[in-house]
Amino acid sequence: MADRTPAPDTPELRARWGAFEWTPENRKTADWHIAKYPEGRQRSAVMPLLDLAQRQVGAETDTQGWLPLPVIEYVAKYLDMPVIRVLEVASFYFMYNLKPVGKFHVQVCGTTPCMLRGSDDIMTACKKRGMKKGEVSEDGLWTLTEVECMGNCATAPMVQINDDNFEDLTPERLHAVLDALAAGEQPKAGTQEPGRHTSEPAGGPTTLKDMVTENHDYRGEW
Amino acid sequence: MLADKDRIFTNLYGFQDWGLKAAQARGDWDDTKALLARGPDSIIEEIKASGLRGRGGAGFPTGLKWSFMPKESRDGRPSFLVINADESEPGSCKDREIIRHDPHKLVEGALVAGFAMRARAAYIYIRGEYIREAETLQKAIDEAYAAGLIGKNACKSGYDFDVFMHRGAGAYICGEETAMIESLEGKKGQPRLKPPFPAGAGLYGCPTTVNNVESIAVAPTILRRGAAWFSSFGRENNKGTKLFQISGHVEKPCVVEESMSIPFEELIEKHCGGIRGGWDNLLAVIPGGSSVPLVPAAQIRSAPMDFDGLKELGSGLGTAAVIVMDKSTDIVRAISRLSYFYKHESCGQCTPCREGTGWMWRMMERLRTGDAAIEEIDMLQEVTKQVEGHTICALGDAAAWPIQGLIRHFRPELERRINEHNAQFQEAAE
Repeated sequence: MADRTPAPDTPELRARWGAFEWTPENRKTADWHIAKYPEGRQRSAVMPLLDLAQRQVGAETDTQGWLPLPVIEYVAKYLDMPVIRVLEVASFYFMYNLKPVGKFHVQVCGTTPCMLRGSDDIMTACKKRGMKKGEVSEDGLWTLTEVECMGNCATAPMVQINDDNFEDLTPERLHAVLDALAAGEQPKAGTQEPGRHTSEPAGGPTTLKDMVTENHDYRGEW
Repeated sequence: MLADKDRIFTNLYGFQDWGLKAAQARGDWDDTKALLARGPDSIIEEIKASGLRGRGGAGFPTGLKWSFMPKESRDGRPSFLVINADESEPGSCKDREIIRHDPHKLVEGALVAGFAMRARAAYIYIRGEYIREAETLQKAIDEAYAAGLIGKNACKSGYDFDVFMHRGAGAYICGEETAMIESLEGKKGQPRLKPPFPAGAGLYGCPTTVNNVESIAVAPTILRRGAAWFSSFGRENNKGTKLFQISGHVEKPCVVEESMSIPFEELIEKHCGGIRGGWDNLLAVIPGGSSVPLVPAAQIRSAPMDFDGLKELGSGLGTAAVIVMDKSTDIVRAISRLSYFYKHESCGQCTPCREGTGWMWRMMERLRTGDAAIEEIDMLQEVTKQVEGHTICALGDAAAWPIQGLIRHFRPELERRINEHNAQFQEAAE
């Protein structure tokens, strides 16, 4: 199990987040999520709503976002759930940040398939730039986390930064991505291997070559 | 090699648009109404006859699983289909390709499978980290609704069927079917005791079937081309085509759809450009995702990549996530990193797993540096046996098997490290 505890409940935290409520747009999104589940089962929406709340906090603080206790309480009230039931969900699932994070949450996959392809070098490269695991860098830009398998094993090693994956990394390619982000640019997501499209073998697919240039319909050959 | 015309996921690499129009031009949603008109029992029979076994790892016959669902509701409870897109097994990266490049195969499959098991709706539980993939899937679902393919009177069949997407938030354990149901109900993802099985009482206490993305997404094509076509690939009891995901020390890691039972060597040579440094440089392979024991180089080369072939080697096909390790690998660290994974992902409910995964990882870290006694290898083996089979779900087993595989095949390496480490101190003392 991962050890995860919420940020301390202080008067400052209450003062900053006590008045949290959905933006009009997010209220619509929240209600759309709730409507996906049967009548009386609104509790099922706790996960999408926590994600939404974290994103709203992120938008307000120009970070990836996190879940201060008053925000968790707001979600509990919105869904008519006991606060502890929401808090235990927030602390159980790893993607809910229980402490503030930087503008860019650099999540380096370190599980065996990435490790075999050089994730140690990726982690070292992040640390060389001054990032420390679980901490926000002084300029507020970066938080570094080592995460477990992200399901990009055929394009390893990889990092996920906020909503995008950057795959087939080398330290140089990682630095290029991070430099671009720091400069306010949006680097191309996905594989960083020149000439590779997604998860086909590098250098070109060994199968389905017709699909590269046209939306081929194979039914005529059945 | 499987011919391109016999591949199900023709847009696997996303060279073409995933959207509805392009998917229809490739053959998806082609007269789905006629597929449904065959009736639920006929669909289930066809899937049974095709020999399709669940693609999520356990390999349970899919048609048989569907047939466990009640044919009519005696007490008014609806039935649900839950689609497991919580792909988190280290090495696995196939469902991601289906979802982001061929999502309509999944949405159509949801309708066909849901109809066959008389479900009211499908919930697709996608892992939280698949953020862009979830955006694509939601758009595909919206497109299907807008075109009248799902929802009220789906495909003008007279059948009402909803498809919803639910995002996880970073918990491997939610890939276990009852943990997934708990999570869908808005709780911590801690597995339930079985029985009751989900087909009797699952989501919201209603009959539920949980299927992997790939199992669902192949169903419409099987119905269109017939059970005999699908079962013409692979060995007896291991039929069909399969998405293989090859990672680690091959020249060109990739995801590729191939015939079941393809020999390991052929898979690697044809699609991955061979082993890095040649076949003599191969050390070991984890053939089915992190949960299955590793297989040493000498045994894997000509092995058929299917459920039974890998079982005979003391391992398993799992999700067909093939992790290749060459001789540069610190094999003890590679397995120890998996032990850390299981420690991190244990839900904490059962004591043998909660305490055992942490203990096994710490022991593995000592074996990695050799800071241990020879007897401790046997002690570790014994502890894995005390975790295995003593927990509610299979995560305890999954944490134990990689270590057992390491001890079975690499005990001399473990002993060498211990002896070398202890010899240092011997010399220092003298």
